[in-house]
Amino acid sequence: MTRLLDRLTRPLIDENPVTLQILGICSALAVTTTLATALTMSLALTVVICLSATLISLIRNHIPQSVRLIIQITIISALVIVMDGLLRAFAYEMSQRLSVFVGLIVTNCLVMGRAEAFAMRHPPGASFADALGNGLGYSLILIVVGTLREGLGLGTILAVPLAPMLGLEGFTPIALMQRAPAAFFILGLLIWALRAWRPTQVETPEFRVTGHEEDA
Amino acid sequence: MADNSVSWWRLFAMQNDDPRKALGMTVLVAFVAALGVSTAATVLKPYQQVHVERERQARLDAMLNTLPGLRDLMVEAGIDALETRIVDLQSGQYDPTIDPAAFDPVAAAKDPATSRDLPPDADPAGLKRIATHAPVYLLERDGRLHLIVLPVSGIGYQSLIRAYLALEPDLTTVAALTIVEHAETPGIGARIAEPDWQALWPGHRIADEDGRIMIRVARGAEGPYEVDGISGATRTGNGITAMLTFWLGDHGFGPFLDRLRDGGA
Repeated sequence: MTRLLDRLTRPLIDENPVTLQILGICSALAVTTTLATALTMSLALTVVICLSATLISLIRNHIPQSVRLIIQITIISALVIVMDGLLRAFAYEMSQRLSVFVGLIVTNCLVMGRAEAFAMRHPPGASFADALGNGLGYSLILIVVGTLREGLGLGTILAVPLAPMLGLEGFTPIALMQRAPAAFFILGLLIWALRAWRPTQVETPEFRVTGHEEDA
Repeated sequence: MADNSVSWWRLFAMQNDDPRKALGMTVLVAFVAALGVSTAATVLKPYQQVHVERERQARLDAMLNTLPGLRDLMVEAGIDALETRIVDLQSGQYDPTIDPAAFDPVAAAKDPATSRDLPPDADPAGLKRIATHAPVYLLERDGRLHLIVLPVSGIGYQSLIRAYLALEPDLTTVAALTIVEHAETPGIGARIAEPDWQALWPGHRIADEDGRIMIRVARGAEGPYEVDGISGATRTGNGITAMLTFWLGDHGFGPFLDRLRDGGA
């Protein structure tokens, strides 16, 4: 039980897929202009990653190595198509705002990564916990970035104006926050902060530049 | 059935490095996935259709709002929507036997009894099959036509584009074009749905003095017949050109517009 809990909680901070492994960045940047889109995308991805990891884990002993990627992609893409259809049926306006990014969950390295690295080798229960943890870890980052971008860029949270609540009448929204570069800045600062707090997350450099003394 | 299940068990019992197992598992997973996807698509279709329909209506309303003075005219006339009439495309006449409220153009285009195949040489918009009848939306006051809106459709770069073309009473000047449905490339072809691009259309002329359909989307547009295309979306632009050429021509609303010009349909 503690191991399951561990699998669930580790991807939240210590092994966060976005900030440590830098996976799923494309969608993390694109859908975080508002908190509502970030939440919808988080939900869609979490559902897809949990179901795909569980299904793949269930049939893992019968997936031949030679065609494993084909089988994984087939399962993931079917789930994504259904998810996209559900959004278009019951959250039409939101699906228009997310445009292609729900469909692009298929190519999200995070989903494929968990299937390939974990679900292929672990039983369904552990795979589900791991997938849920990673989905929530991804969601956590999206929610933080989405909150900051909407709050600073539009001056609202979930379309509710912030200024009257916080008594900041003179606050002018920072338009840059709504643009793509702002997502890079926030994500970069977030990774910096995390690695300052948890130095074990810092990668060892692959090489060092040496030998400049001779040139000088 | 019993025989089938035995062979499935035999598939699972095979070694994973057996090529037959690789093939069998791929086919099995693909089949189950296809079944799931098509079931979901069928079940969800009616729910999605409601939104698409509402969106289309909202776009038509939005288009009417862009036309100067039109709303005032409608308020004066005491109406809040355009009048819908059904046109028999081949004869160009109104068909009073069909109830406009009950007419579903999408269903009609699928029903063999109410649709016809297009010969390939007369099908620039790639529609293959169209309904024999189509709705038109009119604003008439004291017997005078003020605006007519024609629904048009055609294949763009990667999707079916549906649009409304509104014409001035002279039946040659574009009052507005609005794209109501498409799935072109986001950020490129999809820009046809943006107000900025649609605002280029009013005032252009669809045909020259001899009645030839001249309107087209072109790069570096010049003259009254050309509308500037979106860079990077040449094929979407060509699709719009083909769509308008088709629907304003002999197989589309051509006969109807001719009759209207001659004084009535």
